[in-house]
Amino acid sequence: MKLRLTATVVVAILMFCAGYAALFIAPDEATMHLIQRIFYFHVPSWSASFSAFFIAFVGSVAFLATRREQWDWLAVSAAEIGVAACTLGLVTGPLWAKPAWGVWWTWDARLTTTFVLWLLYISYLLLRGLIEEPGRRATLSAVFGVFAFLDVPLVYMSNRLWRTQHPAPVILGGAGSGLDPTMGRVLGFCIVSVLCLMVLVLVDRYRLESLRHELDEVRQEIETRSVESQPVAAHRSPITT
Amino acid sequence: MTTAQAASIILTKELRLELRTRELLTGTIVFALIVVVLFSYAFDPTNAESRRYGPGLLWIAFLFAGSLMLHPSFAREQSNETLDALRLAPISNFAILLGKMCANFIFLAVAELILVPVFSVLYNISLSGIVGRLMLVLVLGTLGLVIAGTVFAGISAHSRMRELMLPLLLLPILAPLLVAAVEATASLFADNPALDRTWVTFLAAFDIVFMTASWLVSDFLVEE
Repeated sequence: MKLRLTATVVVAILMFCAGYAALFIAPDEATMHLIQRIFYFHVPSWSASFSAFFIAFVGSVAFLATRREQWDWLAVSAAEIGVAACTLGLVTGPLWAKPAWGVWWTWDARLTTTFVLWLLYISYLLLRGLIEEPGRRATLSAVFGVFAFLDVPLVYMSNRLWRTQHPAPVILGGAGSGLDPTMGRVLGFCIVSVLCLMVLVLVDRYRLESLRHELDEVRQEIETRSVESQPVAAHRSPITT
Repeated sequence: MTTAQAASIILTKELRLELRTRELLTGTIVFALIVVVLFSYAFDPTNAESRRYGPGLLWIAFLFAGSLMLHPSFAREQSNETLDALRLAPISNFAILLGKMCANFIFLAVAELILVPVFSVLYNISLSGIVGRLMLVLVLGTLGLVIAGTVFAGISAHSRMRELMLPLLLLPILAPLLVAAVEATASLFADNPALDRTWVTFLAAFDIVFMTASWLVSDFLVEE
């Protein structure tokens, strides 16, 4: 409990410093000025989302291999956090794109891939919600999790092949190579902070999942006991009324 | 009994079931036709336009039809719990899955064989000279659709709202397949038809990746 409190405080301080660094320490960008500063949260949210999806994949494979439900808890926790971070990325991206590219959205390889990825993991969470029995839910959603993760490189490759045949001019003005050293350091710090936040939330979400599991077990126990004691209760009822 | 023999027995059983009712095939073909006709309302099917939209339209029709048609392949087993009987048979779980995949492939292929000529007449696209190459693209694309679709039919059969769940799971996974199949078909419908090797290879790679994955997960899918 004390450890969790300390971790939360540390992550809060980290996030605060990251915000300060992104807004005040990082140098002004030559052409985009203030708009560019969203980059310090946009890129970290992607790194958090991809790490979370990778953890979800590892959890799915490990569950299928070992059949320990702890891996399933890890997979669902990571998938939920991945979807949240992915949503953040999908929102901050267009916010930047509108002033920088002049459009909210373009069907570029990277954008399309993440959009499909987001849809896949939303389907994954929906599927979990719609299968009643916990054992079956864990197995079947792990199978889907493996398929979804395998699909990601295919989606990316297909879009790369497709868009190189029809180049979209709007992307060519994007970020070139070479980052100012201070910008690089601020970005690195922001990525680390957001990843720490992700791990903190992941640990909490995992705990929540294990508590839910415990609660389910207690409920089942109560149900079986009340079924066993029902004849007694029926016998007693005339006295109590 | 080898996996191939067991799968062919499952295939025969699925085909016999379908031949007795014929409800799946008829429904699928009519549904795909409705999609094609509705598209002619949504987009003006003049000649140049239809060349451009045609391949996409055709594959969207197949994808939608497939995502509806694949659903009964596992759900049908549930009403009498016949999947338990299949599981008792001394055959591998992959053989059950493979047999169902082959059956679904045949159903969808028959629907496509009827739909493509109708489509070429309605949208004024000449098929002469490209039939062989178009068949190759259709086979590879349909295989990918059926492999992923049969596995997901097995998953969605256990969920609530399963008719809705299958398209939700299947269609985003098939996004890369759709791009590859549409581009390969478009290069065949062009003025100088040519087989786009890149996309055909991509389709084949998609089929191999998901076939291997299905083989690996088949035990988890059919068990319990």
